[in-house]
Amino acid sequence: MNLAVIPVAASVSEWSDSFLERLPLVGRDWLTSWLPEPWRWLVNSLLSIAVILSVFGLLFAYVTLAERKILGRIQNRPGPNRTPIPFTKLRFFGLAQPFADGVKSLTKEDVVPRGADHLLHFLAPVVLLAFSILTFAVIPYGRHLVPVELNAGVLYFFAAGAATELAVFMAGWASRNKYSLLAAMRALAQLISYELPLLLAWVPVVLVAGSLSTTEIVAAQAGWQFDIIPHWYVLTPWGAAGFAIFMIAALAESNRSPFDLPEAESELIAGHLTEYSGFKYALFFMAEYFGMIALSGMAITLFLGGWHAPSPYLEFIPSYVWFMGKLSALLLGFIWIRATFPRLRMDQLTRFAWKFLVPLALINLGNAAFWSLSLHWSGPLQILRWLISVLVVVGPFVLLGRKLSAGVAPRVYRYAV
Amino acid sequence: MTAALVLIAVFTLATAAVALSLRNLIHSALLLSASWFGIAAFYLWAGAEFVAFAQVLVYVGAVSMVILFAVLLTRRSRADTVIGPDSVARAISAVITGMAVFGVLGVAILKTSFTRFSPAGVPALPGGTGVSPVIAAPTATVRDIGIQLMSTHAAALLIIGILLTVALLGAVVLAAQDGSESKQESP
Amino acid sequence: MSLDPLPLCLLFSSALFCLGLIGALARSNTILVLLGIELMLNAANLNFIAFWRYGPATSPATGVMFVMFSIAVAAAEAAVGLALIIAVYRHQKNIRLQEANRLKG
Repeated sequence: MNLAVIPVAASVSEWSDSFLERLPLVGRDWLTSWLPEPWRWLVNSLLSIAVILSVFGLLFAYVTLAERKILGRIQNRPGPNRTPIPFTKLRFFGLAQPFADGVKSLTKEDVVPRGADHLLHFLAPVVLLAFSILTFAVIPYGRHLVPVELNAGVLYFFAAGAATELAVFMAGWASRNKYSLLAAMRALAQLISYELPLLLAWVPVVLVAGSLSTTEIVAAQAGWQFDIIPHWYVLTPWGAAGFAIFMIAALAESNRSPFDLPEAESELIAGHLTEYSGFKYALFFMAEYFGMIALSGMAITLFLGGWHAPSPYLEFIPSYVWFMGKLSALLLGFIWIRATFPRLRMDQLTRFAWKFLVPLALINLGNAAFWSLSLHWSGPLQILRWLISVLVVVGPFVLLGRKLSAGVAPRVYRYAV
Repeated sequence: MTAALVLIAVFTLATAAVALSLRNLIHSALLLSASWFGIAAFYLWAGAEFVAFAQVLVYVGAVSMVILFAVLLTRRSRADTVIGPDSVARAISAVITGMAVFGVLGVAILKTSFTRFSPAGVPALPGGTGVSPVIAAPTATVRDIGIQLMSTHAAALLIIGILLTVALLGAVVLAAQDGSESKQESP
Repeated sequence: MSLDPLPLCLLFSSALFCLGLIGALARSNTILVLLGIELMLNAANLNFIAFWRYGPATSPATGVMFVMFSIAVAAAEAAVGLALIIAVYRHQKNIRLQEANRLKG
């Protein structure tokens, strides 16, 4: 459970082990140095848990605020901006808003329907939150910051994520509300459908990196071409396709728009959340954002080079800052997508997963196999390698897309120009 | 070590027993998922990391979902998830059978001396009483498992692949409705 | 009772097996019977892991391999079994085992 010290990757520059890089470790050792040896391990572990919880708790709070602000801007309104710092009149663009929300949800009445299954109704948000926090354990946040080193880290991540589906079902069923149950069925169908492309999207990465351990996958993406182009998997044809599939499936897995059918406000009155209020509702909300953050972190680890800087000249910025920067960029993308796309219909949703994403992901797996087989090609063969790989990505995409959209003419909106 | 094992065993057995005796099918399915978690915990305890995660991924992530779907698709009203009591005679005979099997297995296990399973080099104790020496835990890293899957067990892997494909197709064919008017989701 | 880990593991797995057996025999709901069978399969897997951990040294990952294949087979079994249950339900609006005794539709 220690913050393990990883053997530094091959491309070590002078900055890679600077003071800033080691700062979290130094701080931890300074805090726990007075403890006797057998206790230090335990306290170190607890400390890493506390740091993860507080950092991501704060991130959650401010992602909600950022989401409301950005959605507001996109929809031409200011968003929340009136919450002052307590006992002062300083507003600071509503920066205290998340804490006001927290206090509100804590003090609200907790309504449980009379016919509800009380135990399950209580357990659902707890289970959901617990499992979404568990997924944070294996993500490498920086060069020296991996909470748990696991041989099968990626598998652990998705195993812990798999249990969240159960919690969504528990919530929907325990509420004793037909809309909630409908939403739970929808959620199950959606989560099962998108679990498959999500899993198939990262298999190529494991294939090429040759490991299921998150730290080794990040280490495999070290280095730069011409000091500018990093060796991230997203910059290969199969990696770009895998990243796109992964992010689409991640959107669906975290019930975000445009895949937010299970909690569609307008048709299912918020689905499995209908009968939840007060703090339990806040827990659901929190778990959803934690899931989104964790999946983004995994996407960064698998495709975007983890904590690696994009260029050796930028390595003086510590690795955890790079990780957080990439994370913020992905979260911004999530928010932007929410503001842009309309919701899918149920049949479109499942058809999209089974007929489009799954075949593409399978083809992509073959593409990655070709990529790792042609690793030693050089000179003009290198160009051929890229050409074949790009063709294998683009060809099926165009053909499948044509076939699926055949007969569905582009819609003409008579009154909208 | 042993205390942890006993704890895991008690948790798994208790949840499984309650799950199989409840009358509410949904509660049964959910409690059984807890029991599968207990089994995954046992695998972790024994050092089989990969299998533990696979267990959670397959059982908690997939099989329990399929079961919940089946429960919800085979009922007409909410009350249908609570099934009527089964016959007492049947239950008693089942418990007697189960207990008899457990008795036979338990006696067999307790009577057997496991010392001859000790690794080479450590001689089996004559007339051993089941006191096996401490054995270093075998390790199976993901790399080992992968290499074994691709070499020794390659044929088995292929057969499993075919089996899973056939099972998928079979499940779709079985569960699909006869008429062509409705598109049913396969579980 | 001896306190060795291996006999303890084996006792645990045989208890789980017998629980699954009792469940499969005593209940008349098809889904519960299937769950009982799944438990029995899991108990067998426990044995594989126990012998892999404490048994005679064979090639390093054989026990793990067995469990992996067995999990895959169990998943296939669950999918087909539950599809069968849905087919039976559509046919006679009931999933009690005693009533699913006609070979002819």
